[in-house]
Amino acid sequence: MSPDIYIETGTTLKWLLTTAWLLPLAGFLIEVFGGYWSGRKSRAAAFLAVGCIATGFVCSLIALLTWLDAADLNVSDIWQNPRAVAAATHEVSEATHVDHEHDADHAADAEHHGDHEHAVPAHSEEEHHGHAAHGNNPLKFAFNGTFYTLAKFGRIQITLDYYIDGLTVLMFTMVTFIATCIHLFAIGYMSDELTESYEDHQVHLPGGKHFHRPGRFYRFFSFLSLFCFAMLGLVLAGNIFQVFIFWELVGVCSYLLIGFYVERKSASTAANKAFIMNRVGDFGFLIGLMILWTWFGTFQFANTNPDQTGEQGLFQMVRTDAGAIETEGEGLNRVAYMQSATGEHLLGNDGQARRIPYWLLVVAGLGIFAGCVGKSAQFPLQTWLPDAMEGPTPVSALVHSATMVAAGVYLAGRFFPMFTPEVLLVIAYVGAITAFIGATIALVVTDIKQVLAYSTISQLGYMMLAIGVGGWLAGLFHLITHAFFKSLMFLCSGSVIHGCHHEQEMTKMGGLYKKMPITCWTMWIGVVAISGLAIPITLPYLGAISFSGFHSKDAIIASSLSFSTLNPTHSLLFFIPLITAGITAFYMHRMWFMTFFGKPKDHHVHDHAHESPWVMCGPLLALSFFAAFCAVGGESGPLANLLLTSEPTHVAGGVQAAGELGLTLPSHHEIHECHSQAGMMALLAALMGTVVAYLFYCKQAVDPALVKARFESAHRFLKSKWQFDEIYDSMFTRPVHVVAKWCTGFDREALDRFLHSCASLAVGIAQWDRKFDEAVVDRIVNVFGEVTYAAGRTLKGVQTGRLRQYVMFIAAAVVCLFVVLFLFLPR
Amino acid sequence: MESVGLSGYLIVGAVLFVCGVICMATKRNGIGILMGVELVLNGANLNFVAFSQHTHLGLDGQIASLFVIVLAAAEAAVALAIALNFYNNHLTIDVDRAADLKG
Repeated sequence: MSPDIYIETGTTLKWLLTTAWLLPLAGFLIEVFGGYWSGRKSRAAAFLAVGCIATGFVCSLIALLTWLDAADLNVSDIWQNPRAVAAATHEVSEATHVDHEHDADHAADAEHHGDHEHAVPAHSEEEHHGHAAHGNNPLKFAFNGTFYTLAKFGRIQITLDYYIDGLTVLMFTMVTFIATCIHLFAIGYMSDELTESYEDHQVHLPGGKHFHRPGRFYRFFSFLSLFCFAMLGLVLAGNIFQVFIFWELVGVCSYLLIGFYVERKSASTAANKAFIMNRVGDFGFLIGLMILWTWFGTFQFANTNPDQTGEQGLFQMVRTDAGAIETEGEGLNRVAYMQSATGEHLLGNDGQARRIPYWLLVVAGLGIFAGCVGKSAQFPLQTWLPDAMEGPTPVSALVHSATMVAAGVYLAGRFFPMFTPEVLLVIAYVGAITAFIGATIALVVTDIKQVLAYSTISQLGYMMLAIGVGGWLAGLFHLITHAFFKSLMFLCSGSVIHGCHHEQEMTKMGGLYKKMPITCWTMWIGVVAISGLAIPITLPYLGAISFSGFHSKDAIIASSLSFSTLNPTHSLLFFIPLITAGITAFYMHRMWFMTFFGKPKDHHVHDHAHESPWVMCGPLLALSFFAAFCAVGGESGPLANLLLTSEPTHVAGGVQAAGELGLTLPSHHEIHECHSQAGMMALLAALMGTVVAYLFYCKQAVDPALVKARFESAHRFLKSKWQFDEIYDSMFTRPVHVVAKWCTGFDREALDRFLHSCASLAVGIAQWDRKFDEAVVDRIVNVFGEVTYAAGRTLKGVQTGRLRQYVMFIAAAVVCLFVVLFLFLPR
Repeated sequence: MESVGLSGYLIVGAVLFVCGVICMATKRNGIGILMGVELVLNGANLNFVAFSQHTHLGLDGQIASLFVIVLAAAEAAVALAIALNFYNNHLTIDVDRAADLKG
């Protein structure tokens, strides 16, 4: 691509995505300021919000097509030579910088796919590509630039940037599409609010009265619009500080939406909990930011502009051409060299090579990851997500399953080049633990939304695990597919809840499939997708016959299998996700069977259940299409190839014995080798889970109550959510209460007493002062006043008002004066 | 014609002045009092002019007297306006009746 076309494409993409980003903000402003003037029964706000986000979706879609065109990723090409682009781009980095270690890998890769003919043209294109001239180029293909400079301190500056690559465009399209579906769904779901007097049955007033309030239809949609703006801003952001800004804005929107039914105690508490838990993670985020700012002096991800030889971005500074971190020394003395644009060491002002202590790089990575832990509800900060289900169901679908919580995974993927192997190991273990904890708790909860919430936690754990074991593609692949099927399932659960008149307990449902067939079967697509079920027959170019979840989960299991093969000490990282895959299939089918099959458990609920209106079912169908087919072709399909174009360079070749711990990250080739093996194991696990669920909850061959009684203590442990809330309560909340009590005691006993004595002393002094004032000062002033008054009174008599008398006085006075003058003045 | 001398002027001025003062002191009629004022002013004027003529003051005394004449005219205009208004309100110009503001 010539620089001209590069700049032209970049500008087009920039304006398209900026439009898509800012439209929801415009919608929000109009709704929040204009909402008061429209009636409570007006749907105008909803139409405006849908219009904004749908236009945003169209813009994103055009951007996606532009991008595909620019990246020479024709859809037909993808079908013909699935891994061409990956291989080609891989080859570029190899060609510019020969790395013996990776060469063998690459040869194997190329041989494997036999793509040389296709790779070469792509290769030459890439050579013309502007930034091939740059020394190090960990990002094969990206556009970046600055919207606005917020602050400038000498050479370093804080800016509002954009950074557009395949991941950005894909996230934009995904977020806007899902958001459009959910906005439409919400028009139906929130129609209760279109009233002057909404009765909230879950608020209990003293005296058993019903709580009434005006409907908040327009407020809901304005919050949704603000959320879309924040989420898109987060994805578009070109530097880590800007990500942090929108990260917080997204958190605020989440807070507002969880606490939408603010009069419910549980909702306001859940909103606070979510916000505070996120603050804990953001603290780490801030530490990471400070380290990066201090040592690198920039927040930018990367500088890809071909004309610019200016400042390097973070990713370019930290990694060499081949994507390795160049280090020196051992232990705490280990340092990492920063790279310059020409492929040499970056020199500081004093002419010395700029270096950063390796352990600080690890701490910075862990700090940024701590932010991801909070936002993506990873262990140990996962407890806020289930509580967040207090918000309306469309919010749960959009914010707390598909997009916002995935922002943590997105950031981990985006920031992947900054993560050292140690950080990646932490990410992998956190992800594995989270996946397991979430899945086990989902086994026993009976609230339909809670099941989905815990499954979200579990799936987010999967994604983190994949990123941690070096399966960058697998993690983000799962992020996209999960967004589709999880938002689908949440909307289905919303449809069920709406149809059952706000009944969420699965123990009261059952046999609903006849009442709501569309919901039932769209949900089935989601359930099958998340369980990773497939028919193990491989078709040419299409892969196994399955829905999207199978492909992405398969990729994750394959990544973790090859990782644990290369690092046998960490084989737990393979077994946990494998077991969890089985558990996932079990609890998802349990939910589906309990809700839609078996005998109706509560006739009142069953009799009044009804299918939802079309405005709710339409989005379900649209989403179910994507949940089923978005990952068609698996890791050789279009979606994966799109993602691969923005994969950091060093991922494809794998990493040998890197970092202090000597971790080996698998290459694409190694992952591919164990793909079929891992896929079969995962499929077996999923099938087992499904069969067990079928026997338990549909066939009723085994009575779940008996199993529950048998494993009473385990059940109680899971039911109490692994005691996390209790542990945090006794670890943090109670000690804080105790300290607070001490502080109040100190305040009351010492500080208050001191202040009181000071106050009474002041009062005493003031009383004395007052007496002095009254006795001395006031009296002097009074005397002056009295004298003046008496003088005036006396002189009053002289003023008769008779002119003639005055003339007489004057004449007499003149005569007197003359007499006096003549008699007494000396001549 | 024999010159009268300074003292003659001064005597006439003093007589005019005293007449004016007596007029002011005795008249109850507002207009009469104004006339008294004019007499007093003109008595003083006469003194100015006389001193200007018979001493080394030069034109200073005559200029001062011109000022006094202008002042007297202005004063008369204001005073007559007051008298007219007073008459409008009280149907008299007896200055002894003008005691509304007495404390």
